[in-house]
This record gives sequence, C-alpha cells and structure tokens, in this order.
Amino acid sequence: MLSIKNLKASVEGKEILKGLDLEVKAGEVHAIMGPNGSGKSTLASVLTGKENYEVTGGQALFEGKDLLDLSPEDRAREGVFLAFQYPVEIPGVSNINFLKTALNEIRNYKGLPNLEAKEFLKLLKEKQKLLEFDAALANRSLNEGFSGGEKKRNEIFQLAMLDPKLAILDETDSGLDIDALRIVSRGVNKLRNGKNAFIIITHYQRLLEYIVPDYVHVLYKGQIVKSGTKDLALELEEKGYDWLKEDSKETEAADIMLPR
Amino acid sequence: MENRITQINSSLYDQCIADYEVRSSLFAAEAPEVGAARAKAIGHFKQLGFPSTKVEDWKYTNLVPVLKENFELEQDEDILSVKDAVIAKSKIDLLDCYHIVLVNGKYRADLSDAVNVEGVYLSSITDAAARPAFKQHFGRYIDLEKFHFAAANTALFRNGLFIEVKRNTVVEKPLHLIHITTADAPTYFQPRQLFVLGTSASISIIESYGTDTNGAPVFINHVAEIVVQENAQMQHFYIQAGDQHARYVHHTEVYQQANSLYNNYKASFPGTSLWRNNLNVALDGENVESHLYGLYLAGGQQIVDNHTIVDHRKPHCNSNELYKGVMKDDSAGVFNGKIFVRKDAQKTNAFQQNNNMILGKKAVVDSKPQLEIFADDVKCSHGSTMGQFNPDALFYLKSRGIGEEKARALLIHAFAYDVTEKIPIPEVQSHINALIEQGLK
Repeated sequence: MLSIKNLKASVEGKEILKGLDLEVKAGEVHAIMGPNGSGKSTLASVLTGKENYEVTGGQALFEGKDLLDLSPEDRAREGVFLAFQYPVEIPGVSNINFLKTALNEIRNYKGLPNLEAKEFLKLLKEKQKLLEFDAALANRSLNEGFSGGEKKRNEIFQLAMLDPKLAILDETDSGLDIDALRIVSRGVNKLRNGKNAFIIITHYQRLLEYIVPDYVHVLYKGQIVKSGTKDLALELEEKGYDWLKEDSKETEAADIMLPR
Repeated sequence: MENRITQINSSLYDQCIADYEVRSSLFAAEAPEVGAARAKAIGHFKQLGFPSTKVEDWKYTNLVPVLKENFELEQDEDILSVKDAVIAKSKIDLLDCYHIVLVNGKYRADLSDAVNVEGVYLSSITDAAARPAFKQHFGRYIDLEKFHFAAANTALFRNGLFIEVKRNTVVEKPLHLIHITTADAPTYFQPRQLFVLGTSASISIIESYGTDTNGAPVFINHVAEIVVQENAQMQHFYIQAGDQHARYVHHTEVYQQANSLYNNYKASFPGTSLWRNNLNVALDGENVESHLYGLYLAGGQQIVDNHTIVDHRKPHCNSNELYKGVMKDDSAGVFNGKIFVRKDAQKTNAFQQNNNMILGKKAVVDSKPQLEIFADDVKCSHGSTMGQFNPDALFYLKSRGIGEEKARALLIHAFAYDVTEKIPIPEVQSHINALIEQGLK
C-alpha cells in the first residue's frame, strides 16, 4: 500500500529525515517510536503534504502513485488520513458541516454523487455509536472548546467517517487519560480490517498494549534504525532509547572508520 | 463655497443651493418643525459643502471620483411601474413579514403589505407632519454642524418614511423595507426616515436595497432617525447588497432612552460602488443596551466605509460593537469607531472590536478604533486586527479532502460566524449566509 524509499526531507534548510525506508501493506499496523526530535511528526507531515516541509530525496508511493506529487487534499481523497497531534480549533465551522463537505469532496473525486442527507445522518449515527462518540460534540463547532481528549476522539471519529485506506495516528495517545486511551484504542481496533492500514506514531508503549502492532520501528535521527515485532516496544519501554543511541553512534563511527 | 480645501468643487453643490431657493416657498407649507430644520440645515450645508479628504472623517474615502458623474437632483415625479424582479431580488425566503416598498424614497402603499397592527402608524414622511411624535422628534438628534450629507438631506429631502410604534405595542412580525432606486440618468437622491418607538414598544425592521437604473449611476444620501423610548426594543437589520451603479452615503442616528435596547446588524456585499455608513447611537438614559454588529464582504473596486459613534451619556449602560471585514480584489475598507464615555456615565461597559481578513493583494483597510473616556469607573476596550487565512486551519481542512476553494469558503464563513450567529431571525441569517456564499464567487 505504502512504499517509502530513502525519503529525505528538511525544514527551513535543516535535514530531518535522512533516508527513511518503510513498507506498509494492507491489513497491517505499524508503530513508529523514537525519542523527541527523531523526525516522527515530520514523517507524518511530509506524507500528508504540509507546507514548509521540503522533500529533498527519495520517494513515497501510495498504491503505486507518487504521493509526494499530490496536493494535500488529493492525498486525502486517495485515502491517506492523518490524526493530528494538535487538532486545530475552527470556531464557526460545524463539525457536521465539515464532515459532510469532506465526505462529499472525497466522493466527488471518486466520481460518486453527494451523499443524500438521510444517508449521511445514518452513517453519522452509526459511527457515533461504534466509537461511543458524544452526539453533542458532533454538533459543535470543529474542536472549539474541546478538551485534549475530546479533540483526539474527534480525530478518530473523523477517521471512522472518512474511512481512509491508510491512517497515520500522530501521538494520538498524548494527553489522554487512561479511560480516553481505552475508548480511542477500542475505536481504532473496531476500524481495523484487512483492507486498511495504520501507522501509529507514539512515544510510549502504553498505547500499543491496546492497539497491538504487527511491526514496531524505531526512528532515530531521521532514519529507521531498528525494526521488530511488538516485543521491541516492550524492550524500549524497559531500556529507554539510550542503548539505541549508543548502537547508532557505533554504526556511525564504524561508517567513518571503515573504508567503503 | 466657503472653504476650498475641505470641500469638493461640484455642480451638485450649486444645484443643492439653488434647489433650496426654488423650493423655499413650498417649504413654508410644511410643518414649522420641518421648515426650521431645513433653514438651519441649509446654513450648515453652505458652510460644509461636500467633504474632501482634508476632512478627518473623510480622510480615507475620496468622493471626487464619485461626484464627477454629473448627477442631477431628483425631481418630484411619480414612478408608476417597478419591475417585480427588482423587488423580488431583495425578498427573504420563507420569512413571514410585512413588505414595505419604497421607490426613490417614496412609500408605495400599492406595492406594500398593509400593516394592520393596533398601535403601528406607518406613512410617507410628508403625511406624518401633523403627528405629535413626528413634530417632537424630527430633526432633533443629528449634529448638522458635523455631518455634511445629513445637513444636505435635512435641507432638501423630498420623500421618506415615518413609522411610529405606540407605547406597549409589540409588533410580532418583522417589517421588511425594500428601498428601490430607479433612474434613467445620473441622479442624486435624498430619502429620509423617522422611526419612533414609544415606551415599552418592540419591533424588528429589516432594510434592503435594490437598484434599476439601466446603467445610470445613482447617488443616494439616505438619513434615518430612530428614537427608542424607555424600555422599548428594536432589532434593526441592514442588508446592503446592490449593483455597481449605486453609491450610498447612509446616516443612521439612534437616540435611546432609559432601559431601552437597540441592536443593529449590518451586512454589506460586493456590488455597490460605495457604502459610507454613519451609525451614531446615543445612550441617553440609565440601563441602556446597544449592540452593533457589522459584516462587510467587499470585492472589485468597492469602497466600504463604516463610521460609528457610540455615545455613553448616562451611567449603567452596556454597548458592544463587533465589525468584521473580508476584503477581496482591490476593495477598500474603512472602519472608524468612536466610543464616548461622558463624565456622568459611570459603570459603563463599552466594547469595540474590528477584525479584518485581507484576501486581495491590493485590498486595503484603514481601521481606527477610538475611545474617549471622561468617567473614571468604567470597563472599556477596543481593538483592531488584520489577518489572512490561518495556514494550520487551511491545512487541517485540506488534509480531510476539502479542496482549496471550499476550504477558504468554510474559513470565511467561520470568520463571519461571530457576527452571523448573532442574527436572531433564522431566515435573515440564512439569507445573509447565502449572500456571503454568492459574494465569495
């Protein structure tokens, strides 16, 4: 589904991603962990097309299409979704109107007509129920006055409504208490199926107890330095990132010393 | 002409002076209050003339190109037919209201709904001359030494509308005044209005504007006086859409007595070449409340100039003013808001805010929020902002599949929402939202 090869990207001239490789297939859940500043959120921003991020090398193919060539809206229409670490509050745009607009824009892109009002409401109710999402929140202005937890839940609610192929969850667990974390995870698990895939960016192993990943990758200094199964997350939890930093330094040192 | 620096040299000025002389014998037949007001006003107008940009209140709006059009003064003539479509264009879908149609300022009972409500008197301004409420309030509240156009209008108005809502009368259905201006040649009109709300009366009035001029430019110098007596309430809506042939200088003078409420909701849209709005509210009693909400969506070469004065004269009053502007293309906007808090007006709460989104590369807004406080126990604030689209919000919407154009429209609606959500009549709110939609295209 997603194939990233040697991806390099920089912000304001500073290189953050330094040759990143990642293969994600339908039905898979990948967790990306790593210390602060390792480039986790940059990866999410680059994949979804945020301005100010300059891709300087490599490629990212999504279902065979060059993702990096598409506008942010077209990436979303193709089926890439980002659950934001800091969802934006937009007072004056109603959650429902926003979702209806988004859904219809995606449908029109695929050559489908607008969803009938009745159908839309049916879908809305269905997903609200599935995710235990408060109808009162759905009726409010987009994220306005929402608590941190409510904002994250709204991201997952949008994810359910838009039903993307690939969902990137950028530190969705940050700022969530244990109950909210459970509800959000339960939601994500309900949305998992053989056709979609998830990339879960997180600092902590805690989330991965609820959403069990197929693969865990460690991002450090803009590269994936280690990949493994969910056990790797446990190991990281126990030992921290320092041992990887040491490893990485050694490799760097080795790189320098060994003639190629 | 008295002062060549602060006045514009225009044949319209000479026409106005001559017109006063020609009609002065007719003025003698009017109510003495009107005659006296005219005499005083023409004196002031001779002093003031039409303002140049050397006049501080006209610094950012240059009337020289506007007055070049060779306007002729309106004559007293009956316009028999008005196209239904021109009137229909201003109507508001699904709104249950009384339609009152005015053509070139003249009240047209034949085109209007009858307002059969006990306690409501509605007539042309000339027919109102004998009424005590008219005599008591006409021409009392505007400072004619200061307002050039109001002076000209007072001296020379021909037509207009008078509405009186008597004590304790609650008018359930809103009145929708549709002002149509029609002409075949460049014409200058000076319609006049006086609304008097008696003690504990209540009414909603919506006003819309339409033109049918075959391409001829028209200049409308409109003056409205509004008296809101004790404990009375008025909801007042201005929906300022129109075509590029029209230019308006529009003066509204509101005088409020104790415990009264006056809310003004003003929305203007691309089209009309010039909107100069003067909205002055005097809070001349205790526990008065006034809210002024404005939304201007400007496009093309349009000039939208909103001048407001909120004058707190007595203690324990609240006023709140919020004007929001969205400026497209080469449009120019002016916001000049002044709050006075007089020495007696202790415990005043007065707030004023002007926010602008500048979308056009050549669009300009001159914003001048002002406070003059002479009391020492008050809460007041004012502020002004200029901005563009929030890139994070735009990206958020796009990341959900919403295209650039739709995302921008959503954000403009959201920006306007602080004003539109305040509109208490849902049909009027939808109408204004639809005009925003249209204005964004």
